[in-house]
Amino acid sequence: MAAKILHTFNKSPISPVLDSCLRFTGEDDALVLLEDGVYTATAAWGVKLDELIDAGVPVYVIKIDVDARGLANRLIEDVQVIEYDGFVDLCANYEVVKSWF
Amino acid sequence: MKRILFVQSRAPYGTLSGQEGLDALLMGSAFVECALLFLGDGIYQLLSNQDAAALGLKDYSVSFGALKDYGVQNLYCSESDLQHRVLETDDLVIPVTALDDAAIRELMASHDVILSF
Repeated sequence: MAAKILHTFNKSPISPVLDSCLRFTGEDDALVLLEDGVYTATAAWGVKLDELIDAGVPVYVIKIDVDARGLANRLIEDVQVIEYDGFVDLCANYEVVKSWF
Repeated sequence: MKRILFVQSRAPYGTLSGQEGLDALLMGSAFVECALLFLGDGIYQLLSNQDAAALGLKDYSVSFGALKDYGVQNLYCSESDLQHRVLETDDLVIPVTALDDAAIRELMASHDVILSF
């Protein structure tokens, strides 16, 4: 069983780094969107996440980053809102973390 | 022993990220097993014939040649990122192994820590 990777992305979804992040996120992995990365989980950009979500990859957003940007009611379905303690748990539960920035 | 994968994703000179990543790698290689992966624009750091003197910056691409003396033998890049930039491994200052996306994900998964620059 290959190791599971927790990917994090913290830039605006127009960043080409998002495409790299999505290219290397495998079915056993998870994705956490934080800081400006949370915009990715809104209607304008959410289509970029469809393939991952359809593959069953968990996608999380950090609550304080969502709230700060007024996005609480604008998130696409199928993303899970977590707080920092949940983020810490995720980091502990995946073998390795790749930060995309 | 921990295995660390360094990932270089930025072009040289526009930021200090690449130089800092190389410095960290050279230091880290004294203590743990290190590998280096170039993704995206990071591969531009290895392009031959760089001359940053007029910028007042050091051409640190030559320093990558020291990696073998530090025991860093596992050097990789993305085959598709190379092709996207119309480059071949022959255009680079050191030999690196070009991998497809699936192999790169496995490379990441096979390390204990990933440090990105």
